[in-house]
Amino acid sequence: MGEWKIITGNRAAAEAAKLARVQVVAAYPITPQTTIVEYIAHMVESGELDAKYIRVESEHSAMAACIGAASVGARAFTATSSHGLLLMHEMLHWAVGARLPIVMAVVNRSLGPPWNIHSEHQDAISQRDTGWLISFASDPQEVLDSIIILYKVCETHGVYLPGFVSLDAFVLSHTSMPVDIPPQEDVDRFLPPYKPRHYLIDVENPKTYGNIAFPDRYMELRWSIQRGQELAAQKIKEYTREYAKAFGRDYQGLVEHYKTEDARHLLVTAGAMASEARIAVDKLRDEGVKAGLLKIRFYRPFPREDIEKVVEDIESITVIDRNISFGMGGAMATDLTAVLYDMGKSITLGRFIAGLGGRDVTFEHMAQMVKHTLKAHHSGEKLPPAVWFGLREW
Amino acid sequence: MEVKIYLPLSSPTVGAIGKTGLWRVFKPVIDQEKCTKCLQCWLFCPDASIKRAEDDSVSVDYEYCKGCGICSDVCPVGAIEMVKEG
Repeated sequence: MGEWKIITGNRAAAEAAKLARVQVVAAYPITPQTTIVEYIAHMVESGELDAKYIRVESEHSAMAACIGAASVGARAFTATSSHGLLLMHEMLHWAVGARLPIVMAVVNRSLGPPWNIHSEHQDAISQRDTGWLISFASDPQEVLDSIIILYKVCETHGVYLPGFVSLDAFVLSHTSMPVDIPPQEDVDRFLPPYKPRHYLIDVENPKTYGNIAFPDRYMELRWSIQRGQELAAQKIKEYTREYAKAFGRDYQGLVEHYKTEDARHLLVTAGAMASEARIAVDKLRDEGVKAGLLKIRFYRPFPREDIEKVVEDIESITVIDRNISFGMGGAMATDLTAVLYDMGKSITLGRFIAGLGGRDVTFEHMAQMVKHTLKAHHSGEKLPPAVWFGLREW
Repeated sequence: MEVKIYLPLSSPTVGAIGKTGLWRVFKPVIDQEKCTKCLQCWLFCPDASIKRAEDDSVSVDYEYCKGCGICSDVCPVGAIEMVKEG
């Protein structure tokens, strides 16, 4: 049994870093992430955590410091948000290309201008093609558990990819909930020290890092990253099961199902909205709609197989994206549509953009969106690829 | 099951990308009379193209020297002249 504490999502991220015994933490402040690295600074200063704490001059440098640390075989951690994540972007690609299993907490915050510090998934989604494993947590407990599991996944031989856990600004980052903090010895058993088989800067055995790979070699290295993502999908399932056995909390894998067994109408969303969506499903069921929730825990690797399994008897799907790929639609809805096309499935789709800039998305709103999809399902009306929910008169 | 992984790592080798000396426009020419064997050129050469002999005298490996001119620039006694390739 662990110890129950009432803590915020940010505190949970810091506790997870401590439990993972991270050895190097690069820190640069940005709202609403800042308290994560502040908590860790306190842990290092008080001697609770034996780690090198590097104060850097930008997020780009924060990731560069993590890359250096991971290159000598240290377990590295950092946290950021919004524009900080965007500034890191180049180094995110680098960490993937160099196959370094860095783990990071990303507090999802809107992008400016206009200035806004509230929740939106645009920052995380904008890192889609970097090769990072991209996950979303729905409560502080899941933040803590996901970071520990993610280290194990990322450090697996053959995966060797970095990954981040997203948590919604304020709704999760600054909201306190009871969190079960597992005993250190149990986490140590689940997550052994990072010992890369191949990738270590070693002066006795000099290698070329960040080297040149011209057209005759480059594609194979890219293919190897794709293989790493595919292997990560297996390992996420495997280690989530192992974690459930050890700690009693089962996150099911790349997705979490809620009342999907007999569902006909599926709600799909991620992050804090997925917590709220459970209430929407219950409300719809009270009204006689056979609703179910598919919570996207991992956006990369995308849960293709899980979607294929769950949609067997589904008649309509309502996807709520807290992001917008301008000129197309919601990022998750777009990928989901591609999976359905491959399956040859004809399912009524309601693809909604909602909650941008931290606008509240309640269970009532979600039920309205599902009903909007249902109306189209019954009338045969074809909905546009992106429906903007709750737009106001300007 | 063992998973094959390709990593962007290699062991340093001489001239992995070919004879880069062909890129040169100016070539460094060492005046052995002026040279004091201070080894600044040997230290600074980014391509390890300054060869150091037992007696610390230096020469240029023209197969790989790209002619960047750093050796000439750092030489404290002006013993290395950059001469246009003919």
